[in-house]
Amino acid sequence: MASTEEIRSGLADIVNEVAGIPADTVQLDKSFTDDLDVDSLSMVEVVVAAEEQFGVTIPDDDVKNLKTVGDAVAYIENAQPA
Amino acid sequence: MSSARVVVTGLGATSPVGGTVTDTWSALLAGTSGARVLEEEWATDLPARIAARVAVEPTEVLERVKARRLDRSGQFALVAALEAWADSGLADADADADVDHERLGVAIASGIGGVTTLLSNYDMLRAKGPRLVSPLAIPMLMPNSPAANVGLAIGARAGVHTPVSACASGNEAIAHGLDMIRLGRADVVVVGGTEAAIHPLPMAAFANMGALSRRNDDPTAASRPWDVDRDGFLLGEGAAVLVIESAEHAEARGARVYAELAGAGITADSHDIAQPDPAGLGATRAMRTALVEGGLEPRDVVHINAHATSTPQGDVAECLAITNALSGETDHVVITSTKSMTGHLLGAAGALESMATVLALHHRVVPPTINLDTRDSAVKLDLATEQRTLPAGDVAALNNSFGFGGHNVAIAFRSA
Repeated sequence: MASTEEIRSGLADIVNEVAGIPADTVQLDKSFTDDLDVDSLSMVEVVVAAEEQFGVTIPDDDVKNLKTVGDAVAYIENAQPA
Repeated sequence: MSSARVVVTGLGATSPVGGTVTDTWSALLAGTSGARVLEEEWATDLPARIAARVAVEPTEVLERVKARRLDRSGQFALVAALEAWADSGLADADADADVDHERLGVAIASGIGGVTTLLSNYDMLRAKGPRLVSPLAIPMLMPNSPAANVGLAIGARAGVHTPVSACASGNEAIAHGLDMIRLGRADVVVVGGTEAAIHPLPMAAFANMGALSRRNDDPTAASRPWDVDRDGFLLGEGAAVLVIESAEHAEARGARVYAELAGAGITADSHDIAQPDPAGLGATRAMRTALVEGGLEPRDVVHINAHATSTPQGDVAECLAITNALSGETDHVVITSTKSMTGHLLGAAGALESMATVLALHHRVVPPTINLDTRDSAVKLDLATEQRTLPAGDVAALNNSFGFGGHNVAIAFRSA
């Protein structure tokens, strides 16, 4: 299982790849839309890439609840296969 | 319709022979071919394994995140449009007051649209399922995507259009922009065409039509318009963009003028979906209409950048049409096919060749047609096999583009 920091770091690399946001700014307290300027289509790309990387499934209905990087990291942490 | 004069004030291109207008023009004058053998694994089994890829990859020019949200055709269009916009002087910060964005339009064509995005997403769908289809696929693959993205980049708020007429699309976009200005719908229009169709599916389809040259062992000799050994066209890719504006608008801001966009002629053959009318009647009418609309006579025409794709039927039919359109007054007309070097850019061809026509008038020099070793005996016109100079004074030139579907679009330019 990946640690919290490993998930945050992996997610930061994905956000950088998809949206060009510097990876070191992708911190747990940051809002995807308000702080990082990740638009809705890019968010879909981030989610799908995260599913691939961490071996989890994030249903569309849950994506709307992932407001911050911390929300996403916690979701992935809980959803990871044991 | 007003008879407003319209002029060309900016040029941009990314082509198989150069990543900019300057590099493209130098390469054309030097007779440089952009053709090569496709080394990709997917090309191995194709009957035609040669093409003319862009000289400079757009990902080397565009910012990475911007590039990944665009189809390859959109990348080309943006590269060419930003060059043209800067060249026009309208990109300068202090020039913003020179253009009313609500009177700034775009007409950028594509013959095929975002075909590589469509097919790569289909590959992903088949391999990994629907979840992996990109949410950006639609805004990337829609044919109007290049025009829309250029419009976003320069803040165009008049009409943003994407005319589609196969290989006549680029010229149709130029004609559309001319109409927009003459109808009073815009002061400035960014016009052109883009194409990115070097992919196994379109290449197999064109080859199965018998349209592509199969000179796989000698790619730079494959595109040979009017030569007796021509065996089909060479597929090219890239984009070219022109900034056009009313002469009044250009004069008011002191813009540099390359040439006047004098007129356009659009006709249809209603003959066959893929074959040109062997009598070239539709092409003749297109050229005549462009001249009449531009207030030009056959004797004014000193140069034609021909459609001439290097196919057995089309090259000859076009020459017949040229002779008829100019009522036989062809002795003083230097004709060339820059496709001998760039290959056929489909929906971008008209734009790239209009750019070459404008530069020929501007610099009074015509690029050669390469590979014309033994001319087809059916062709009697003055074909440029080497660089040729054009006379001084007020002269005109035509650029022809014809497309599957029987579309004919001729554009007439007058020297500035």
